[in-house]
Amino acid sequence: MIRKTLIAAATLATLATGAFAQDKLRIGVEGAYPPFSFKQADGSLAGFDIDIAMALCAEMKRDCELVEQDWDGMIPALKAKKFDAIVASMSITEERKRQIDFSAKYYKTPARVVAKKDSGLEGTATGLAGKRLGVQRGSTHQCYAEKMFPEAEIVLYGTQEEVFSDLALGRIDAQLSDSLISQESFLSKPEGADFAFLAGDHTDVDCYGEGVGIAVRQGEEELRDAFSAAITAIRDNGTYKTVNDKYFPFDIYGGRPDGM
Amino acid sequence: METFLNWFPLDLPLIAQNFDRFLVGVRVTLGLTFLSLALGAALAVPLAIARASRHRVLNPLVWTYTYVFRGTPLLVQTYLLYYGAGQFAFIRDSWLWDPVLSQAWWCALIAFTLNTAAYSTELLRGAIVDTPAGEVEAAIATGHSYCGRLRRIILPSAFRRAIPAYSNEVIFMLHGSVVASTITLQDILGVGRWLNGRYYLAYEGLITAAVLYFIIVFAITRVFRWLERRYLRHLERRREPAAAAVAPPMGIK
Repeated sequence: MIRKTLIAAATLATLATGAFAQDKLRIGVEGAYPPFSFKQADGSLAGFDIDIAMALCAEMKRDCELVEQDWDGMIPALKAKKFDAIVASMSITEERKRQIDFSAKYYKTPARVVAKKDSGLEGTATGLAGKRLGVQRGSTHQCYAEKMFPEAEIVLYGTQEEVFSDLALGRIDAQLSDSLISQESFLSKPEGADFAFLAGDHTDVDCYGEGVGIAVRQGEEELRDAFSAAITAIRDNGTYKTVNDKYFPFDIYGGRPDGM
Repeated sequence: METFLNWFPLDLPLIAQNFDRFLVGVRVTLGLTFLSLALGAALAVPLAIARASRHRVLNPLVWTYTYVFRGTPLLVQTYLLYYGAGQFAFIRDSWLWDPVLSQAWWCALIAFTLNTAAYSTELLRGAIVDTPAGEVEAAIATGHSYCGRLRRIILPSAFRRAIPAYSNEVIFMLHGSVVASTITLQDILGVGRWLNGRYYLAYEGLITAAVLYFIIVFAITRVFRWLERRYLRHLERRREPAAAAVAPPMGIK
């Protein structure tokens, strides 16, 4: 009798959670990575990642809920089922694939080093030796910086905004991040006026992988493939272009802006 | 061993590989914690005397200081100093900026020192005010001046009675020092978060950090237990002396 009740309860619980998961897809986002993900004055989330997430949800005909999460706890939170997918400009890399699964890429831009215009620095291993190089903790840039600039002093930050802030204040000599992020949220702003890209794109596959994808827990192939299919679908039906053009003057899916 | 490592949920070899970094982190944590505690205690003594006095200017002045620093989180104080101060051109152009406020380490040390000084001041003030009235009266009766009373009667007694509460302050400060990792310093937690970030892990860095903090707290409590035994003997409850003292059992000296 007791066993039967238990089985019934377990079945009910499974059904309930299953139904719940089908009802609402929870998506982990960051909220501190403009223009991909940021907070508006009223506290609501906006940005390319946010709009893409919403467009994909609409395409998959799923109800979605955005869950904010600090960057360096993103993968642990996904694994702990605080949400079911990450749409937060997360690059697809081998090291991450050991922990989680990825959809096809939804964009890909190269990383570049930014420094003071008159610094005379070079974005190479010898050029940055002994210099303080800022990167966001737990990002692909941390991986790349430690691999390619072993002689530099790597300074780690919780958010990309803090990296820019300390670069502007001169606490670090240079910073490595996505070229687009640097362009849109630093170099084009007044505080970034005295700064510029150092020559050279950084696209190492070991650290940067194949582009930026949507992360899901391992073993959830169905959800992963649904995302990949939805990405293709919004690329084809023009939704992607609408979102893209809202934030960027060029297509960020594969290409990169001229002159950068 | 192999099977044990496979079964164990933490990547122990990875922690072992990076353990030298953690040791550097321990140095940073201990340096910041104890330097700020020492500076804070040095500040706290005159401030506590001012707070315990009825001085019309000094008392409210010190009260305001301790109220502000005890009323706001250490993280906020540190952020204000690190990210806030740099926003003002006049600070960036002043002598304070280059050797001091542009460095994360100095920002942390200053914030930690002001914070612990505020707590220590109130703690010591309590001990000073609680000095038994009889002791103070006896000192007055034997012709001690205010300074003489402070130096020979009140402070020595207050320091001793403040030891147990101060041991808590030391531990809080050690735990509070994790704030350093949010302004780019590689303290114990900073190294733990570096490890997690570098290898996309959830627990390894944090658990290693937790164990290291635990060991340090253990050492601190041992030191304070010794201090209490040595300096608070006169306040201990008397042990039953009776029979044992008069006639020790056979075979025991």
